[in-house]
Formats: sequence, structure tokens, C-alpha cells
Amino acid sequence: MRVHVDPSKCQGHNRCYALAPELFDVDDYGNAFELNDGVVPAGLEDKARLALANCPEFAISIEE
Amino acid sequence: MSETVYGPVTDWATDFDHGSPAYAADMHKIWDDLKNSGCPIAHTERYGGAWLPLTHEMVHSIAYDTDHFTSEAPVVGQLKPSQIPDRIGAPIGPVPPISSDPPFHNEARRLLLPAFSPKMIDPWRDEVIEICNKLIDDMGDADHIDAALQYSQHIPVMVIARMLGLPVEDGDKFRGWVNLVLSGIGEERTEARMQQFMEFNDYLAFHVNDHKENPREDLISFLLNAEIFGDKLSLEHVVGTVILLLIAGIDTTWSGIGSSLWHLATNSVDRRRLVENPDMIPAAIEEFLRAYAPVTMARLVKEDMEFHGVQMKKEDWVLLPFPAANRDDKQFANAHEVVIDREENRHAAFGLGIHRCLGSNLARLEMNVAIEVFLQRFPDFSVDANEIVTWSTGQVRGPRSLPFVVNARA
Repeated sequence: MRVHVDPSKCQGHNRCYALAPELFDVDDYGNAFELNDGVVPAGLEDKARLALANCPEFAISIEE
Repeated sequence: MSETVYGPVTDWATDFDHGSPAYAADMHKIWDDLKNSGCPIAHTERYGGAWLPLTHEMVHSIAYDTDHFTSEAPVVGQLKPSQIPDRIGAPIGPVPPISSDPPFHNEARRLLLPAFSPKMIDPWRDEVIEICNKLIDDMGDADHIDAALQYSQHIPVMVIARMLGLPVEDGDKFRGWVNLVLSGIGEERTEARMQQFMEFNDYLAFHVNDHKENPREDLISFLLNAEIFGDKLSLEHVVGTVILLLIAGIDTTWSGIGSSLWHLATNSVDRRRLVENPDMIPAAIEEFLRAYAPVTMARLVKEDMEFHGVQMKKEDWVLLPFPAANRDDKQFANAHEVVIDREENRHAAFGLGIHRCLGSNLARLEMNVAIEVFLQRFPDFSVDANEIVTWSTGQVRGPRSLPFVVNARA
């Protein structure tokens, strides 16, 4: 599984970073980006889905 | 609470008044009735003409459409910006960056973002815990408390005053001005009110000047040194941004904390679940933000246009009721139920698009800590049946009095 934050949609709500800090980080401006090229380590798939389901800007996508 | 200068509302579809006590008391039912009667966008001639779109889709599309809607006046007033002499207009507006449009907006916001990023806000946690505990200590062993007057209203004031570099002990003044700016939109424009606005301005001008002479490590000094497009910020820009941070940093979070406490005082099952499982608090806070989102913003129509079948006129107000978008059942399963462990929650309490609340990380921290500490200290509390809970009017909604009975303390 891979996750991706679309930087043109992200407005810095920081929900993904709060819910899945293993998968996402934020820069100094609060804009989110995926860690580890978006590769989701085994066992963290649910956290990736939770981040997607809580992004108000629909900026996160998942490739299964 | 009194009626606005426009008098009681006769028809919510054609004559709504979002500043009226009836709206504050019953907005959820008003939205439902409007939508059920086939009116997803209400209109009023009050305030010089305003629209109230109610679906998540409409609110989302207006928030994103900076080509047709300007943010230059995010709070609806009785006068349109064009009727106010010497007012700073688009793209800057009087309180940047919330009142700014692109491309100016992007630069003005970028200046402020780092100070409110998670990594700068998280370190405030211990201080907020201390503030909350101190407020509860100050209640002594009273069984009857007012959780709005003695608790929720103080927390954001103390934090934002410290961040800005304003005297923490001036909290009462700040709250007075917050009410003036936000809750009094429908009140008569009296001399006394104008005088209060002047006092607010003079107070801030004094403190900004004092920071010029005596720079320190706070946001006011930071703003005085900041540059935009290669120049120092104008004094109007600095004062405008301080007004924004002060007003937006106080009323909103105070309302969010208060509404969460009100829910817990009136829903003992949810309260017990959070007392027993404090690790559920962050998800519950998101649900309270969805169900009781405090903030409605406003835009102005740039040019005559059609929107979802209605004819909007240049300089009509358009409200962005994020709380209504958050209760849209097309967007949320069981939208009208408060589900404290809701897993899918793309709520819009902090807005959508480029004006996403700058202070959202701080607001979340304050709400989480405030509820955590309150539940630790008062594991059982309820609304005092002999007293009345009052709610604010206007574009920020939250309880202004929360008479509680403390049934257990720890």
C-alpha cells in the first residue's frame, strides 16, 4: 500500500499527521507530505485509511 | 438577548437573520426545515442582502471560489464595505490574512503559518494543562460552577495574549471587544458602540507602539519586523493582524470548549466513556467540532452572478455556515447524531480551502487539554436544572453561561 498527499489540495489541517505520524509529516508551514515515499509498512494500513477518511480537503489518496 | 434592529424573523427562507436570538437558539432545526422544504439556500434583505447556503457541496464550492467571492469582510455587518469610508478593501482587507484575497493572501498567511504549525504549538501543552488546573483550583470546593464564565472563556485568552505579547490580565477587555465585534452585529450602531471600537483600536495602537520601542520575543514584535513583497508590513497590517489573532483566537475556542462541556454535561454515557477511556478524547473532540462547529464565515459576491439557480448581486453577503455543512447527511453518515468514536470525519469546522483556520492546531490543543483536565478533576457533572444555559448570537456560536452541578470530583 502507498499513500500520497496532493500538495495542491492540502491546506494544512494536519489531521493525517495527528492520526498517523508514522506515515505523514508536516513542514514548517504545516503542509503535510508522506514519509518513506508513501510506502505503508505492514500493519499500518488501517492508519493510512483513517488518515484518508479524515482529510477535510480530500487531499490524500491510497494505492492498494 | 434582544432582537436585532431588523426585528423578529417572519420567514426563514426569505427573511433569515443569523444574528437573531431565535437563530442562535434553534439553528439546527431551522436548517433542517429549510432543506426539507426544498430551500437549500435562504435569502434575506437584512444586512443589505445576504444568502445562506446550507449544503456541504455549496459551502465547499464557495469557499474554494476566490474568483467570484471576496473575503474582504468575513463578518456580516449592517453596512457593506463600500458604505464605510477609508476602509481597506480587497485584496488586503482590514484584518489580513482572513480578509485578504489571492495573491496578497498567500504572502500574508505564509508569514504567520510557521508560528502556528504543530511543531511550534505542541510545546504549549504543559502550559495549557497548568492554566486549566489553576482555573479549577480557583473554583475551590463549590458544587455549583459556571464552566463558561469560570473555565472555557479564560483558556484561549491566556494563551493568545501570551503569544501576542499583550497583558494576560486584560482578558475582560478582550472579551468585551470580542462581543462587540462578533455578537453585536445586529445591534443598533450607537455612539457608545462606536466609542468601544475606538477604545479597542487605541489599546492595540498603544501596545504595538510599545513593542516598537521595546521589542521582545512575541508575535507583535515578529510582525513589526516581518516583510511582505520586500517591504516592512504597514502599521495597519500589523494592527489588523493582531485584531484578527486576538478576536479569532478567543471566541472560537471558548465556544468549542464550552459546547464540548455542554454535550458531556447532557450526555452521561459519552461522559463516562471519556472518563474511563481518556485516549478517546481526541476523536471525541473532532466529533464535537463537527456537530457543534462554532464558526460561520462570510464572503461578498464580486459581480452579479447565478449560483445554483439564484441570482446573486454584486456585494451581496454570502454566509459560509460550516456548522450546517457538517450536518449534511450527504457528506456524513448519521449526520444528526453525535458519535464520539466516529471514524470517518472530514468535518469543516476550521473551514475549507485557502482560509483554513490558521490557529486550528492551537484550538485543538486547547480543546483537548481543557476537556482532559475537566474530566480528570470533575468526572461527574450535569447542567443545573434551576439555571439557564445561554448561547452567543452571530457568526460564532457557543455557550456563554454553563451553570453546572459538580456531582463528583477527583
